[in-house]
Formats: sequence, C-alpha cells, structure tokens
Amino acid sequence: MIARRELLLGALAFPLATVPLVARAELFAGTYAPEAIPIGEGIWMVRGADEAIGFANGGAIANSVIMASDAGAIIIDTGPSIAFGAALGALARRLTGRSAARVYITHQHPDHSFGNGAFPEAEIHALPGTRAELERDGSGFSDAMYRMLHGWMAGTEVILPVAAAAEGPVVVGGRSLRLLALSGHSEADLAILDEISGTLIAGDLVFHDRAPATPHAAFAPWHAALARLAATAHRQCVPGHGPLCRTGAAIAQTGDWLAWLETALREAVAGGLDMAEAANQPIPARFAGMAAARYKLTRSVSHFYPRLEAELFPRIDG
Amino acid sequence: MSNGMMRTLLSIAMLAAPVAAQSQPPPVDPLGSPMWEHHAGKLFAGAPVVFDPRVEVTLPVLTENQHVMPVTVDARALGEVVRIMIFADLNPIPVAVEYTPLAAQAFIATRIKLDQRTPLRAAVLTADGVWHVAGHWVDAAGGGCSAPPLSRVRGDWADHLGELRGAAWSGPGATRLRLSFRHPMDTGLVENIPAYNIDQLTVSDAAGRALARMTVHGAVSEDPSFTLLLDPGLTGNLAVAARDTDGLEFAGTLAAGSGAKVAAAALR
Repeated sequence: MIARRELLLGALAFPLATVPLVARAELFAGTYAPEAIPIGEGIWMVRGADEAIGFANGGAIANSVIMASDAGAIIIDTGPSIAFGAALGALARRLTGRSAARVYITHQHPDHSFGNGAFPEAEIHALPGTRAELERDGSGFSDAMYRMLHGWMAGTEVILPVAAAAEGPVVVGGRSLRLLALSGHSEADLAILDEISGTLIAGDLVFHDRAPATPHAAFAPWHAALARLAATAHRQCVPGHGPLCRTGAAIAQTGDWLAWLETALREAVAGGLDMAEAANQPIPARFAGMAAARYKLTRSVSHFYPRLEAELFPRIDG
Repeated sequence: MSNGMMRTLLSIAMLAAPVAAQSQPPPVDPLGSPMWEHHAGKLFAGAPVVFDPRVEVTLPVLTENQHVMPVTVDARALGEVVRIMIFADLNPIPVAVEYTPLAAQAFIATRIKLDQRTPLRAAVLTADGVWHVAGHWVDAAGGGCSAPPLSRVRGDWADHLGELRGAAWSGPGATRLRLSFRHPMDTGLVENIPAYNIDQLTVSDAAGRALARMTVHGAVSEDPSFTLLLDPGLTGNLAVAARDTDGLEFAGTLAAGSGAKVAAAALR
C-alpha cells in the first residue's frame, strides 16, 4: 500500500496550476497485449518496449521468447507482473496449442522474472545464482515495482525459480537447447541456444539499440560473457532488450557501450567531476540510436561512482 | 492625541519602516510546494527572496538511489555570494548543507538523502542580503532518511569512521576540490540509532587561512562527498578539518595539484 500513499502525497503536493492534469489522470492500470513475432521454426519473440520501466508501459520492457515442444510451450522470461505472465501464457497456448511446460528465467531482474506466478504448472528453471539473488533482492524489487506500476502489479509475488539450470545441453519435449551459464550483467546470467532455429537467447547480457542496465553488473565478466556469446555459432540473437539481431551487431554494440562506460566513469572520477556532472556528460554520437542512453548512464553513475572514488582517490587523513 | 505623542508614534513608525519593508511575505513558489511558506519563513526570516535562474541546480534525470541523490549548485553568475543552502522541502531534515564559500567560488556539489518525492532547492544569499532560490521537483522512492545506512547493516561503520579521501585539480578558472568521508551520517530517524553526523567542515590554505566552511546536517548521504571550487592558482597543501556531532575531529591534508596524479593513475 506504499504505492497508494505515494500517489496521494504526490497529488496533494501539486497545485492544479503547475501540473497538467494528464500527469495525475491515469490512475488505473491497462491491459497487457503482448504480440508474438515468428523468428524461426516453432519459436517466437515477444518484444518489450524500448523504454525505462514506467506506468505507461506497465513494466513490459523486456523481451520474452516462446518455443513449441512436444511437452508443451517453453517460455523464456516471464515479464514484470503476474498479469503480464498470464497474457504471455495465453499467447503461448494460442501459438503452440499447449500450455507452458517449462520456463527459463535468464536472470533475477524483475522485468524478466516477476511473471513467474502465472505459471504454476510449469517447471521454472534458473541458474542457482539467480535463485539466490532473487531470494536476496526480490522483496526490494517488489517494493520498487509496486511503487512505479501500481495496479499493473496486482497479485504479483516473488516466485523463486528452481535452481535447476546448468551449463550444457538439455532436451525439453524433443527440443534441443544448449544452456550457457554466464555472468556480468548480474551474478548469474543464463543464455540459451535453440539448436533447431539457431537462435541465441541472450537475456540481458545483450542489449540492442538500447543502453545496457548495470545495477548488478561487473565489467570484466560481462566482457568475457560477450566473447563467449560471439564465439557461439548462431543465426540470430534475441537480446534482453531491443530488436532481434541477425548480424552480431548487438553483441558488439553492448561491448562497445560497456567499454566506453567504464572508461568514461573512470575519467570522470579522475577528472574531479561529481556524480551529477558525470551523469550529464556528453554521450558519443555513435550511441545516438540507443534508446534510454542518458537514463542508463545516470543509473550507471549511481551504481559505480562511489566504488570508483574509493578506488582512485588517495587517503588524505595522515 | 497630542502633537508630541503623534511625533513619537511617527518616529516609531519610521524606525520600523525599513524592517517592515524587508519583511515581505516570500514570493509565490513556482514549484507549488506545500511546505514553501513554512520553510521560507523560517530560513529567510523576512529577508528578501527572489526565484532566480542564475542559481543553477543540476540534478540527474532520475533518482536511482534515494539514499544518494547527487546535487550540484552553481551560483557563480550571482557575483559575491555569502552562503549557499541546499534543502529539500519534504525531507524530515530539510536543510542538508549551509555553505559559506569565504575565499571559494559559489559552487558546491554533494549527495543527499530523499525521504520521498520533494522539491530540492538551493537558496543563495548574496552580499546585498537577498536570497536567490532555484530548484526542481524530484521523484524518489521512500525511506532515504529512515532506513539504516549500509555500513550499519554491514556492521563495519566504526572500522572506517573518519577515513578521508580526496584530491584537488588545478584548472584555469578554479582549483577543484573533491572530498569524501566515511561516516554513517545517521539521521536519528532509524529505530535505536541516534542522530550522528558530521556537522562542521573547514578547508584552509597552507597559511591557515580558512577558504571555505560549511555546516552539514544529517540529510547529507552516508559517506558524504563534497566538491568545491577554490580560487585558481593555489599552491602548497590544503588542510581539511571536520567535526561530528559527538565532537570527534577528522583532519586531512592534500596537495593543491594532487588531482593530476589521480588522473594519471586512473588511466592505467
């Protein structure tokens, strides 16, 4: 109910004269209408909005994947809420004629994992590290999601996946998948290669035309994971956010942004900039096509700055 | 009424007149804050107040962390500045810092806690006694002031208390000073943790002349960080002295050109 109280305070704080009415008019959540894009034999991509999580998009910003198998549908990433998960499950039934039998969660973040409650009859698998992270951070994520998304989140609870995903091949209902246990975007990132369609489902290790998010990121393992993905033969890549990539550009672009970001943050600290100055620094023209670049840079400054200052500034107390 | 009495009343009125003229109600708040009149009455005590775009309050595009909200105030366009105050109307501890630049420039960057969505402002007092105010609404998740600091949760706050880091960069227009302290900066609003914060900070030059001074409140973030602009061309060592609300004193010394070494090391 924190969300409601915030809403009321927000409304009281604004006199009618200074804020357009539309800013306060939409108090009711809408309905999710996920759409499937066929991208190969028995595999569909469900595109998230290339935006930050916000009330207008109901938090549906991450890509999901639906696959057909003899055991039932396979879902990868369940979205931001139980209502989204339910809509995704219904879409999978329409496309494959079967309910979801297996769900994979690529990593812990709530835009990918909070629809789990809509799949009570499926096995929900994730890397052990993902389960541990969700156990640690899930309730904090939940507070933040309810605060931002209000009614869109109704009924959503943190449902922990089974820590059953591990590096190596797996066959689900006759469909051959190869699981890659990686890290870097978070402490545990699962990528999945669908062998028959040659689709590499990269989770948030890969962003495409949308700036990467870094709240739990570590640069070195993320670059190593990208190298591994680039070396994994595939025909196409479904990034965690952004459009399908058939050229390898998304992996390269993610690596390019991360390399620039790390250098830019180190240079900002080393040049004496404070956080707001670092967040408002120019972003190179080659990233102009990336959605949410300023937003993500600002978040990344918050994630990395204090650590970099502690690393780079000398002690001056005697 | 006798003439004499009339004269007395008139002279009282004339004495009172300049005070009455100064003691205007604060101007209407462009941010429409419910707390503006309350804070303005208390903080400015009847002194003239103007909303002034020459006070630049720079904030990030979003509050990623309500415990650490960066804010940069640049009031160099105003000429001679006596004090810069940073405050958030709807914070339980509204004022975060009161900065007296002395020989420094009218610029400060720091990080504060936000307990909820609030106007975040700077009020800048110029030598003519006028307060110049600017600010923005910022959205924030709740609890920035009322959740325990990370070092209290980890339990290691005392191991690092008063560790002081910093560097100074000599530029053409200013000597830029960055300082960061390890301190829990307890607000007193967390159960069983009394208020405990750094409350005084002074920067002096090699000759012991105070260049900048500030009063710091519990609304400043844990492990507080400050960026100040001192006059260009400073040489020798700068001295930093701080005191917290328990009377502990923290001191540090750094070379006015130490930032060049940091820059060289950072680029590896």
